[in-house]
Amino acid sequence: MTTTSLTGGRTWSRLPRRHVPVLATLALLLVLYGVGVSQYRAFSNIQVIFNVFIDNGFVLVVAVGMTFVILTGGIDLSVGSVVAMTAMVSAFLLQEGLPAALVLLIALLIGPTLGFLMGCVIHFFDIQPFIVTLAGMFFARGMCTFISGSSIPITDGFWTSMSQERIGNPSGNFVSISVLIAFAVVAVAAYTLAYTRLGRNVYAIGGNAQSALLMGLPVGRTRIAVYTISGLCAAIGGILLSFYTLSGAPLIAVGMELDVIAAVVIGGTVLTGGSGYVFGTVLGVLVLGVIQTLITFDGSLNSWWTKIVIGGLLFAFILLQRLIGIRYK
Amino acid sequence: MNHGRTGYRALTTHRLFWPVVVLVVMLAANTIYRPGFLSVQLRDGHLYGSLIDIVRLSAPLILVALGMTLVIATGGIDLSVGSLCAISGAIACLYISRQPDQNSLGGVLTALALALGAALVLGAWNGVLVAVIGIQPIIATLILMVAGRGLAQLITEGQILTINSDPYKAIGVGHLLTLPLAIFLALAAALVIAAVTRRTALGLIIEAVGGNARASRLAGIRSARITFLVYVISAVCAAVAGFMMTANVSSADGNAAGLWVELDAILAVVIGGTSLAGGRFSLSGTILGALIIQTLTTTVYAMNISPQTSLLFKAVVVIAVCLIQAPGFRARFARRRAPVVTQATVNDQPKAEVPA
Repeated sequence: MTTTSLTGGRTWSRLPRRHVPVLATLALLLVLYGVGVSQYRAFSNIQVIFNVFIDNGFVLVVAVGMTFVILTGGIDLSVGSVVAMTAMVSAFLLQEGLPAALVLLIALLIGPTLGFLMGCVIHFFDIQPFIVTLAGMFFARGMCTFISGSSIPITDGFWTSMSQERIGNPSGNFVSISVLIAFAVVAVAAYTLAYTRLGRNVYAIGGNAQSALLMGLPVGRTRIAVYTISGLCAAIGGILLSFYTLSGAPLIAVGMELDVIAAVVIGGTVLTGGSGYVFGTVLGVLVLGVIQTLITFDGSLNSWWTKIVIGGLLFAFILLQRLIGIRYK
Repeated sequence: MNHGRTGYRALTTHRLFWPVVVLVVMLAANTIYRPGFLSVQLRDGHLYGSLIDIVRLSAPLILVALGMTLVIATGGIDLSVGSLCAISGAIACLYISRQPDQNSLGGVLTALALALGAALVLGAWNGVLVAVIGIQPIIATLILMVAGRGLAQLITEGQILTINSDPYKAIGVGHLLTLPLAIFLALAAALVIAAVTRRTALGLIIEAVGGNARASRLAGIRSARITFLVYVISAVCAAVAGFMMTANVSSADGNAAGLWVELDAILAVVIGGTSLAGGRFSLSGTILGALIIQTLTTTVYAMNISPQTSLLFKAVVVIAVCLIQAPGFRARFARRRAPVVTQATVNDQPKAEVPA
């Protein structure tokens, strides 16, 4: 308090400013939910919220990874394809008769490896993340169809039990195990960003990579780490998606990277890096999920309205970030 | 010896050297695989052959990539071109499908004008977001990329609009002077853009804005106006490309038309040697880049590999071309190969950077 009293007025007005985008997302989420509850009686059922989590658990995990990358000022376009590739590889290996534990291990290693390689290329050869991850996206999507041109069903016992296990109360409300895994990932990520050295380095690089380098922070290591983390999150997301659909399909999750980037931005993370929270990303994913649920409940609106609304929301939030003066290039 | 070495270095360091090598290698590989690849024959007054096909199919990509080149030269990026292709195609097809006589030239021209008008408005929207409000380009155009797909589907009501209009079809598959009309359209666009940017100061001004928008504003250039302009040009190019795509198949699909064309266009621009950081551009490089991408796709089809798997090859080519062009990679490679050259390479670096 003693330090803040010196610049009392400024600190008071600046401190909430960082939180305004997240608070705005929270307000939007509450408004959307309020609209849903007032319009449709069934919407107030707590299971509706649980379903939003069940349907978007894998998106949440991938968005958390993307938050790391965007916080450093980078971007990862490969996540959608990596999700599909992970699901595809696990489905294929299970079909070949490998034990579930081994398949899980292999599937979880592919994403981070690809992320690590992309991070190395970005750092050592100084090529734009946009182009490198675009190549990663092509590679992963190509691998999907290379493995199989059509969908592969998963019949493995472990996978089906993970898919069908319901954790709930006696009144019938439940969540799937995927939701718990997603929450665990969110908790670990939030802790990493807020309380560990790696997390602080991520913010520092996003704020100003040059200054971070001059301060002696391990810029290269951190930059490679965030793409590896994003790859790991995409791999976990792929596993969750294969739990959810019990299959691997070559064209699943096409364009998912855009939804994920939109969720991160709506959650208040600034695309030039340095400012944002995992909690905001969670809210961003929930906003997208609730919009989808609202459009499903309405019935008369078509699926393309989702895209138009997401575009409109992106615009509104970017304008908001601009108006409250969060630093842009 | 020394002189010959300089000549060799001048050739290999020319920014179009590697793209040309890649294109020639691919064409050669095709010819070895399929000896009839290079042959062009005259049938019914039209020229046919794999080479003609490659150029015809790459025409939409060339158009989009030309617009994208100007945007990237200002240091921006336009992700919305794919959605714009879908929207313009959808508007044109919707208007034509409502006409009593789909073959009337007047109706088709009105449809094209309407769609171009819509593209101008959407391009202006992108331009305002980037130049006036000052939003980061990748995000400003991401809005229209996501929402535009929805708009295109809204226009076609989620259906695939099929039309039966000969004048409109001609844009995609018609012929003029034995060559496909699409080639002439792309060529005309390239010549107009080249003339406007390279014969006037506009190109230089665009590069100045890309190099340093603030400095060029202080030097008396209206940076915001130039930035606005390139997004409008990009939108118009995308709209014409959208006409070609929909005319090729005589139908408009809001979901699939122009899907991923923004990524291909950005690739074409990067392969052509235009830096994503802005500040300089090469129109001929971009056209080469678009041809490389289309040749790659055609090659993969010809070798009976599934279209989706062609993405694997695309990934390899992208990384290879980017690595070859990356200063960081070249420096490392040069240092390891011959320490003597390092001095020259180091000396060359600032010179290469100067145009920015």
